[in-house]
Amino acid sequence: MNIPADLLYTKDHEWIKVLDDGTTALVGITDFAQSELGDIVFVETKPVGTELSEHDVFGTVEAVKTVADLFAPVDGAIVEVNEALDAAEVVNSSPYEDGWMVKVSLKDASQLDALMSAAEYSEMVGE
Amino acid sequence: MPFIANTDDDRRSMLQAIGVGSFEELIPDIPSEFRLKEALSLFPSMSEMEVASLLDRLASANRTSPDYVSFIGGGAYDHYIPAALKTIVSRSEFYTAYTPYQAEVSQGTLQAIYEYQSMICRLYGMSVANASLYDGATAMAEAVSMAMNVTGRSTVLVAGKIHPNTSAVLKTFIEAGGKASVVQNVLTDGVCDIAALESRMSDQIAAVIVQQPNFYGCLEDVEAIGALARSHGALFIVSADPVSLGLLNAPGRYGADIAVGEGQPLGSALNFGGPYLGIFAVAEKYVRKIPGRLVGMTKDRDGEDGFILTLQTREQHIRREKATSNICTNQALNALQAVVYLSLMGKDGLCQVAEHCLQKAHYLADKIADLPGYSLRFAGPFFREFVVNTPVDASVVVNTMMEKGFFAGYDLGIHDDSGLLIAVTEKRSRAEMDSFVENLGAIS
Repeated sequence: MNIPADLLYTKDHEWIKVLDDGTTALVGITDFAQSELGDIVFVETKPVGTELSEHDVFGTVEAVKTVADLFAPVDGAIVEVNEALDAAEVVNSSPYEDGWMVKVSLKDASQLDALMSAAEYSEMVGE
Repeated sequence: MPFIANTDDDRRSMLQAIGVGSFEELIPDIPSEFRLKEALSLFPSMSEMEVASLLDRLASANRTSPDYVSFIGGGAYDHYIPAALKTIVSRSEFYTAYTPYQAEVSQGTLQAIYEYQSMICRLYGMSVANASLYDGATAMAEAVSMAMNVTGRSTVLVAGKIHPNTSAVLKTFIEAGGKASVVQNVLTDGVCDIAALESRMSDQIAAVIVQQPNFYGCLEDVEAIGALARSHGALFIVSADPVSLGLLNAPGRYGADIAVGEGQPLGSALNFGGPYLGIFAVAEKYVRKIPGRLVGMTKDRDGEDGFILTLQTREQHIRREKATSNICTNQALNALQAVVYLSLMGKDGLCQVAEHCLQKAHYLADKIADLPGYSLRFAGPFFREFVVNTPVDASVVVNTMMEKGFFAGYDLGIHDDSGLLIAVTEKRSRAEMDSFVENLGAIS
């Protein structure tokens, strides 16, 4: 199970990666999540510009037999949506890189402190 | 698997197997005030022979359409149903089956539905059709619900004259929660007033609805209405009569986002109001929002063609409250009748049926308009139905004509409206129509 050390995690199995500028971050779902969902066929997100509060649903990820909500890890606004998601299976093959879902502008960087480290997430999923 | 009722011995051994003394011990949660304290007071049981005789007597009190020459339309039409259709549809595998719960095992059923979906797409000019809904009215309600879901808006505009029963269903479905509204646009000469519609358009409108031909039988200016809908980002919902599509342009060709219709004219009998057939089809981009069952074609692991239920993640058993709708069934038998009808008639046959309806309706309308005391209520073009102003109340005409062996038409007085709505299908002969006119002329 792949759990990159440089990312932060939520208990809903999202990851967040703060980018070099320190004000934006990429969000996606973890390797554990994509593995549990099975073949992902569709990802739908709210549009660019949407303001999100922590734990707001910012989209859904659809596998053959199930649909799961995507929860915002922190407050922010969607500034970009990954166009590669048109081929939704990219989330299965590359959940942390090519399969990122949205880029958000961070409202309050201190919220990141409440998220889990790789070690804590690893323990949560029982690795 | 045959159905055989349980005997007292069966019941006893079942109770014994589960270690329970009586049936009542299994239902302690039902409060005593809701339980029957005594046996139901039924009349004494009758033999099969006596029951058959009783039912015959009851049934013979009905007067049905084969006994009368019918000119009633208003959403259900007396079209001819080929004998071959009845034979095919009466096969017990089709006739007695319920919605398959292990769908993939019922390949024959799924194939029939897949073919039905394909034909509806062709007929309506749309990309995706579902396995059908209950009837035309609820199909319209589902279309409105979907449009509100897609746009996030909560007002719907009815551009022209739709069936009053559809309006009533919309009221129940859409307005009951108090969160959405259905607004009727003004009519001019029985059709949508385009200028008035334009003044009502706004960014709050989720959809614009039109019925073609409309409830009065008149043809609406669907191109203009569609353009207005698009101009404000509203969805364009068209309810189109399937037989009319043998002659009229298909909704998909003039920009319908959602096409619905009442499929009864395609091989279903009049059935005293139901079961009927809800046709529902959408443009490609809405494939994940369409309600209802979808049958898809795919290949099994041996590379053989097969049919499945697909995109089930749209449906409420997976998506729950986020689903477009909670519908999880279809009108399988009526859909089968429709696909068999279309297969037997073919494209040319359907065009011929439509042509007959058009010609005969206009022949009759001209003759009636020549009768003193009768006139056509609207001046615009029509397909197979038209409204007639009558010298006496329409209900009097209907009752008088019934004595003469005619179902004269649909009395619009039922909806606090005026006139008699007369429909002519391919079944009506010149002799029938001439006799009809003669008898109408005798009423003054």
